[in-house]
Amino acid sequence: MSDAPILALDNVSKIFGRADNPLYAARDVSFALHSGRTLALVGESGSGKTTAARLIMREYFPDKGQLLFRGAPMGKADSKALKAYRSSVQMVFQDPFASLNPAHTIHYHLDRPLRLHQRGLSRAQRRAAVEELLQRVKLDPGQLMAKFPHELSGGQRQRISIARALAVNPQVIVADEPTSMLDVSVRLGILNLLNDMKRQLGLALLYITHDIATARYVAEDIMVMYAGQIVEWGDMEAVLGNPQHPYTRLLLSAVPDPDRRFSEAGAELDQIETIRRQSALPQPDIRQVADNHFIRPMP
Amino acid sequence: MKLLRQLLHNRKAVIGLTILVLIVLVAIFAPVLTEYSPVKRVGRPHQPPSWDHWLGTTRLGHDVFSRLVHGARVSLAVGIGAGLLITVIGTVLGIIAGYKGGVIDEVINFFTNMVLVIPNLPLLLVLAAFIGQASPLVIAVILGFTSWAWGVRVTRSETLSIRQRDYVKSAEMLGEPGWRIMAFEIFPNLISIVGINFIGSIIFAVIAEATLEFLGLGDPNTVSWGIMLYNAQNASALSVGAWWDLLSPCLALALLGLGLALVNFAIDEIANPRLRTGGMLARWVGLTRAGEGKL
Amino acid sequence: MTTPVLSVRNLNIDYIGAETDFHAVKGVSFDIAPGELFGLAGESGCGKSTIAFAVSRLHRPPALIRKGSQILVDGRDVLTLDDAELRKFRWREVAMVFQSAMNSLNPVLTIEDQFYDVLRTHTGISRAKARTRAAELLKLVDISPDRLSAYPHQCSGGMRQRIVIAICLALNPKLLIMDEPTTALDVVVQREILQRIDVLRKQLGFSVLFITHDLSLMVQVSDRIGIMLEGELVEVNDAQTIYRAPQHAYTRKLWASMPRLHGTQITGEVTP
Repeated sequence: MSDAPILALDNVSKIFGRADNPLYAARDVSFALHSGRTLALVGESGSGKTTAARLIMREYFPDKGQLLFRGAPMGKADSKALKAYRSSVQMVFQDPFASLNPAHTIHYHLDRPLRLHQRGLSRAQRRAAVEELLQRVKLDPGQLMAKFPHELSGGQRQRISIARALAVNPQVIVADEPTSMLDVSVRLGILNLLNDMKRQLGLALLYITHDIATARYVAEDIMVMYAGQIVEWGDMEAVLGNPQHPYTRLLLSAVPDPDRRFSEAGAELDQIETIRRQSALPQPDIRQVADNHFIRPMP
Repeated sequence: MKLLRQLLHNRKAVIGLTILVLIVLVAIFAPVLTEYSPVKRVGRPHQPPSWDHWLGTTRLGHDVFSRLVHGARVSLAVGIGAGLLITVIGTVLGIIAGYKGGVIDEVINFFTNMVLVIPNLPLLLVLAAFIGQASPLVIAVILGFTSWAWGVRVTRSETLSIRQRDYVKSAEMLGEPGWRIMAFEIFPNLISIVGINFIGSIIFAVIAEATLEFLGLGDPNTVSWGIMLYNAQNASALSVGAWWDLLSPCLALALLGLGLALVNFAIDEIANPRLRTGGMLARWVGLTRAGEGKL
Repeated sequence: MTTPVLSVRNLNIDYIGAETDFHAVKGVSFDIAPGELFGLAGESGCGKSTIAFAVSRLHRPPALIRKGSQILVDGRDVLTLDDAELRKFRWREVAMVFQSAMNSLNPVLTIEDQFYDVLRTHTGISRAKARTRAAELLKLVDISPDRLSAYPHQCSGGMRQRIVIAICLALNPKLLIMDEPTTALDVVVQREILQRIDVLRKQLGFSVLFITHDLSLMVQVSDRIGIMLEGELVEVNDAQTIYRAPQHAYTRKLWASMPRLHGTQITGEVTP
């Protein structure tokens, strides 16, 4: 487990709209992904976390700043560099019902990535590899290989998505709300699977969610995002135990907590509008609160 | 295949398919079904239906039944051939335009709109008149190359919506080449739309061909249902009371259209469960009537 | 013992298929007292939304409410009402907020027209009076009356949901059914809306049937909670008991599956 990050965003901004009225979907975003560690990116809708995911998956390109892959910046690159990137960075999607093609069997879904990224394998070897992948995500190959996605449950489909991402032997997995569309009792299995894969394979995981409680369960580090900026970040227990930015405090007090009835609201809930407005303004300064805990103070 | 099994359970599909299979068999076995040649004078003019001539004779003494079953071959061939051409052009252009986007989409759209705007039948009339006595093959080709625009529109819009789905994005992230994505990820999900387009195109082609020939723009030496209509009209069949001469091709065309339309409705119902009515709710209706429950 | 606002007795609902039936709701019975917020929790397919639809009689074939079921609103059996009585019953006695209610606002009508639509159908009042009433109702959910001339797409998701709630309260119903009303919204917006409902409930005195899969939220908000599993109501108790001393194995399993934000984390062992 080396210290150098496999993937990093360095002061990246993504701007939409016209020059006189720019909309910053991401503003000066910087973070790094290390092997064997999970980084949680937490925020509400419109906060910019989807933009960050798209920047990493090369669907968007940075307008300012750069994406660093193994230390080297990725330009709008040549196809060879892009192919290496695609072998190293994979994504698990939110919607288990839309992430698999209804017209193809499970075997097809796992066979394709093997064919594209491990050309040397024979047919028999590929089949064995598909079986091994299914077993790794705790599914029975005999039962499922010939089935179609609509015959599987949501949890099973999500496991297939993870298996597909693992088929290319990636180093980074971006999980975009992988459990938000699953039943409560199924979520834990998926989260445990991601944790196990991370430990066994030394993956770097970027876990994007709006559900902070699950973020705490899987990630060591956390970033809180609002209006395109990362307003607070650092070690999970440090940030959750001692939130400094008013937006983080607002978010944490709004998360349903069965121990606190509605009447015992935190102070932030009375100033929602103000906090939102202030947090949307550009906050260029960075202040260090503790060893691994930073915030961008509100102006 | 699951689709086939579902089709066979649907009453509309069964009736429609039966009609179609019947017509196709009649067309294939035409020479076996009748001893008369469709183009030789074999009886007295305008004989009503009898045991000798099941559907009577035309003004020129041709056996109507023989002309009907031989004509089925031509009408079906033109219908299916033109329908295939229309569907292939429409689907290919539609998927490419929907998936690639950008300049390619703009160019395809431009041509599609041009072809869409031109009124179909007058264009066909002008082309057919220009070519003179158009044989069925020529008619099929003309129909194929002028009627694909609607299919492009429908296929393109469906492709646009599929394109956004996560499984297409996933294929791109795995590094699948564009042509593979279009052919193997997007196309399999378009099959029901393409199927409906295909059957609709066949109906259109059969009727358009009959129309052209009825108006006198076809080759009078061919034997097809359209030419039969043309001859009957010229012989003033209805006015002289020879109803069999005109009604036989009419009913044949109507029957073919009905069979195709029923199959189309069935595919629609199967592809979209919300369109299901009647038969599929039989048990529910029964239970409600018996007072076992209510809404 | 005052008459419960809602009394569900032996409710059985099936979805009739071509050959077999799916039993969505199996013999469910519970009561909701006046002014109470009753939560119905469960995972997808457990039947909670089916029950909600049945109370407003919104089901379409192939759903079938089996005979022997009773749904009493203020003592009257909803299942025996005919069409005319049903029309009077809806909105006045029971109102429903759906999950995608934000999308159930007519996109081509202004907010004011939406209110007018409902008020006129049920009370036949004039436009001017409807406008005043609409402004009143918007104030109840913390929206300024100058939003009356806006269209739904000009309002955010949370605002649209609050407008729907205001329309639901227009005729002072006794029971408000909310089916996953905040699931598609952000956690802060969710908090704002539910806090408002809490305040309004105490102010206007209606009861709420609150359906969601988020147990933590439910414990925060409800007076009593019912847990549903595969069509059956497996446990009914007051909120704190469901949280601190769950009786049924399924309830305990649910709690064990939810990662905690504060305090000790769950062990993460998955029991099948």
